[in-house]
Amino acid sequence: MNQNFSTVAQRSPSALATNKVLRNTYMLLSMTLLFSGLTAAISMFMNMPPMTYLISVIGGMVIAMFVLPRFANSPAGIAIVFLITGMLGFGLGPILSLYASLPNGGNIITLSLGGTGVIFLGLSGYVLTTRKDFSFLGGFLMVGFLLVLLAAVANIFLAIPALSLMISAVVIMIMSGFILHDTSRIIQGGETNYVMATIGLYMTIFNIFISLLQILGIMGGDD
Amino acid sequence: MDWMKIVSAIALVMFIVFLFPRARDMMKNSPKGSSSDWMGFAIPIVIIVLFIMLLVKLV
Repeated sequence: MNQNFSTVAQRSPSALATNKVLRNTYMLLSMTLLFSGLTAAISMFMNMPPMTYLISVIGGMVIAMFVLPRFANSPAGIAIVFLITGMLGFGLGPILSLYASLPNGGNIITLSLGGTGVIFLGLSGYVLTTRKDFSFLGGFLMVGFLLVLLAAVANIFLAIPALSLMISAVVIMIMSGFILHDTSRIIQGGETNYVMATIGLYMTIFNIFISLLQILGIMGGDD
Repeated sequence: MDWMKIVSAIALVMFIVFLFPRARDMMKNSPKGSSSDWMGFAIPIVIIVLFIMLLVKLV
């Protein structure tokens, strides 16, 4: 009995810490998504040129890779997450304006947004209910992601629509895998920093949304 | 527009170079998944593929 009690007492702090990381991650994630939506709307309103997307993505990635890890354990980390997600949202503005100008554009944007939400919530719910450990996916996902990036580099110059469609589909699969992997890392206690957890999940959502836009934009332009 | 293609390609290549050591480490250090683990990954992915096909039908 005593032994059981002490086991519960030992487990509780780690379970509480995990729940706290998860709760903080989802809270920061929802705030950054709202902030991105706001900056995207501002960018659309300002009619920013298409190159804004490229500059924002490169800037956001550089800050996420080189600056954020240094400040991840300090309050400045939260401000940097808002800076990155705000930049990425701002970069989305011209892309959304482009899709909105298509005959079926409003429908494509709405379906992409809704689809991204369903995929993220579905996969997160799946990990949180089954509590499966997806850490075995790490290497597989990273190698898959590198191969997709190589294909994307080739397609910048080849500009083959079928390859572009294939890349977008594979990116959605890989990002879905990252949602499973990252969420399971949080609940298994492998990720204890909610700032880093938030930026990881935000990137997966961002990539799924962009890829869905591209797939629905290409496939929806048939009629 | 060509300069945008070149900048995009350079950015992607630099991203690949940056990620490569991390990918190698993850390949070496990731635990091996059992067949049931892989099934637990494959099933939601198949559902997502079907869901995307449904979205394409809805556009």
